[in-house]
Amino acid sequence: DIIRTIRDPEKPNTLEELEVVTESCVEVNEIGEDEYLVIIRFTPTVPHCSLATLIGLCLRIKLQRCLPFRHKLEIYISEGTHSTEEDINKQINDKERVAAAMENPNLREIVEQCVTEPD
Amino acid sequence: VDEEEEYECVSVLNSHTQDVKHVVWHPNQELLASASYDDTVKLYREEEDDWVCCATLEGHESTVWSLAFDRSGERLASCSDDKTVRIWQQYKPGNEEGVACSGTDPTWKCVCNLSGYHTRTIYDVAWCHLTGALATACGDDAIRVFEESASSTPQQPTFSLTAHVPRAHSQDVNCVAWNPKEPGLLASCSDDGEIAFWKYQRPEVC
Repeated sequence: DIIRTIRDPEKPNTLEELEVVTESCVEVNEIGEDEYLVIIRFTPTVPHCSLATLIGLCLRIKLQRCLPFRHKLEIYISEGTHSTEEDINKQINDKERVAAAMENPNLREIVEQCVTEPD
Repeated sequence: VDEEEEYECVSVLNSHTQDVKHVVWHPNQELLASASYDDTVKLYREEEDDWVCCATLEGHESTVWSLAFDRSGERLASCSDDKTVRIWQQYKPGNEEGVACSGTDPTWKCVCNLSGYHTRTIYDVAWCHLTGALATACGDDAIRVFEESASSTPQQPTFSLTAHVPRAHSQDVNCVAWNPKEPGLLASCSDDGEIAFWKYQRPEVC
């Protein structure tokens, strides 16, 4: 529910509408007392590098802020949907790189727009 | 450093192809080690007023987050996003084990790979210069300590897990550091904003 309303950075649709994320692409496993491992596999609409990392970033930020329980988060591009998927997966799961990206005012602005719930 | 005590940049090393996550000096040689997102560890030494990369250690399958030399400087521990800690051993030219070296630079070989202990990225590794114990900071919120086991040989060291604190912090442990004067005193810090102090005691049987 948290991620379905995230908007695509380029189009005025949500990720759910564009089928970038679906209920079946979300996996939640208990990994300890009150702690869960959340795995998201998303399918970008176009095989374009910067868009994919941006979507990954939006997913991470929204979930980090909104998940009410203790969790570890892994976000991946679903296999076979992208030429440089390993590179992208590595980037979006490196917390230092994610923090660095959010320090970039332009990127931050885009991410904020994509994750903010409409009033 | 000039008279006004300002720092002057003497060299820029750009051997790595991606972000450099950590640097550490050798305990007694003019040698620097660096860890990178490009999955390698690189070593640098001074050569005629400039610094050059004298070795590249490959083996990790993902980002290398941190490094630690042991007290003697003969061994280097590296930890990675691939959930392993690797121990590298220095072999100087003319070494009796017959390890080949190129020119006058020592070669570093991976002599131990600690895998299967950590369930997420290992962000830091610290090697106690008083006791030889190895501590790790992991993204699974745990701190672990390893010590060289009795069956260990210089060329094939083996380490066993002697301590494991599963929920040392409530979020990723980012860094661990051994106190240089008090044996067994370990500090750790985490994404949860806390710093913790630990007292480690080597168990009876290792």
